[in-house]
Amino acid sequence: MTEEIIIAGFGGQGVLSMGKILAYSGAMQDKEVSWMPSYGPEMRGGTANVSVIISDERISSPIISQFDTAIILNQQSLDKFEHSVKPGGVLLYDPNGITKLPTRKDINIYKVAATEKSAEMGMVKTFNMMVLGAFLKVKPVVTEEYIEKGLKKSLPERHHKLIPDNLKAVEIGKEIVETIQTV
Amino acid sequence: MAKELKLMKGNEAIAEAAIRSGCDGYFGYPITPQSEVMEYLMLEKPWERTGMVVLQAESEVSSINMVYGGAGAGKKVMTSSSSPGISLMQEGLTYLAGAELPCLVVNVVRGGPGLGTIQPSQADYFQATKGGGHGDYQLFVLAPASVQEMYDFVFDAWDIAFKYRNPVMILSDGAIGQVMEKLYVGDYVPRWTEEQIHENAPWAAFGKPATRDHNIITSLELDSAKEEIHNQKLQAKYREMERNEVRFEEINCEDAEYIFVAYGSSARIAQKAIQLGREKGIKVGLLRPITLFPFPTKRLGELSKQVKGMLSVEMSAGQMVTDVRLAAENRCKVEHYGRFGGMIPTPHEVLEAMETKIINA
Repeated sequence: MTEEIIIAGFGGQGVLSMGKILAYSGAMQDKEVSWMPSYGPEMRGGTANVSVIISDERISSPIISQFDTAIILNQQSLDKFEHSVKPGGVLLYDPNGITKLPTRKDINIYKVAATEKSAEMGMVKTFNMMVLGAFLKVKPVVTEEYIEKGLKKSLPERHHKLIPDNLKAVEIGKEIVETIQTV
Repeated sequence: MAKELKLMKGNEAIAEAAIRSGCDGYFGYPITPQSEVMEYLMLEKPWERTGMVVLQAESEVSSINMVYGGAGAGKKVMTSSSSPGISLMQEGLTYLAGAELPCLVVNVVRGGPGLGTIQPSQADYFQATKGGGHGDYQLFVLAPASVQEMYDFVFDAWDIAFKYRNPVMILSDGAIGQVMEKLYVGDYVPRWTEEQIHENAPWAAFGKPATRDHNIITSLELDSAKEEIHNQKLQAKYREMERNEVRFEEINCEDAEYIFVAYGSSARIAQKAIQLGREKGIKVGLLRPITLFPFPTKRLGELSKQVKGMLSVEMSAGQMVTDVRLAAENRCKVEHYGRFGGMIPTPHEVLEAMETKIINA
């Protein structure tokens, strides 16, 4: 199993930390992992993205241009990465601010209204974990148990009290993800 | 040795390795994409645990001269920077090489020339392996291709630096510096005691006892005849490195008809291109130089008799390819494929370059 993922959105949406928690969780589950951020000046106020690879084998290139899954959190990222999803791959997006819907017919498309749901529930700080939950429902590349271990390993001790809220957000994400099309 | 699993950026791995390998001092000045090295050290405060000094100098010129001073006292000292900062250090580097001082310099390369970009590049190969500063000297150059190697090579660097009394450079790039991967770290190696420094670096200027002459650290010699002898000694040392210290990795070379030659992050991309090529039935492999000086000339020469062609893949306009061509001695076709200015080639375009420039050319 090798899962090559791009997570893309605005700086501040928790794109990089979502990728980090996913990578940590994979590492705790004894997978090979890599986390490669875009570290250009575009991170300041613009778009941010990170490639995460989780694999049972040694990872060749951490720098990838085609993805098994694209997790998309704004229109610019949808425009940029829709065509980088491998045929038969997964596109998961948050519809908030999306005006031009994806058009590919050869990929599986899912929607998670995490911006709306997290605002409604007063959980905006764990918005990214809701998206992560939606992804894990579609592609269970790491199990729940290891998400918790990943959170413990990646968050500093003083933030460990926030882990239950994060896990709750993962659960909600799993519940609210909607299938748009499957191939 | 107890092994502990961590998930870290390449830059952080350099810093963690410095602390764990008994480094005495780090002197540096921030620059993207390697600022995490000093950031991590400042957060970890090793001076409270191991006594390691971490100092932000006022410039790169100052950093490299602090390294000269520390190294002259027999200490394990280092600096890190990225391309424009490393250019500023060239004078210091040739002085260090001339005075035969062991030290570690890490270059996390970004796109050039000039201030260039902050994205990954490999366009400092010539500077690292062919001089950079003036005079006939060589740095020992290690090229890590993973976070684990960023860590491991710091330990290796001290061994080489003190064995040969020579500056060692870790030539990395923005991608390996910024990527986060699994890392296994080992036990702490204690910093050398005064007695160990006297034993391991008897040439150092650590204070003159009545029982011996002065130890003098200098790269200046006004007598040309003596300077020629000094140069001969340096050259003999470089030849010894070539005999003893060449390191490389071969992937899928056994049955290969074509090989990529690539180091650092380009080697990782080439590995992916091999997978794609093998799926298409192309017998392709990779030779990854781990030491750029000394270069795996002999092994490439042998492979040039086995394969039909070699493609040097670099994030540069073609620098290492010159060494590959010298090794192949026209026995097989050698071409270069590169992107520059901070652009990273994709595995697909690397494979396509192999097909158009070598296989179908």
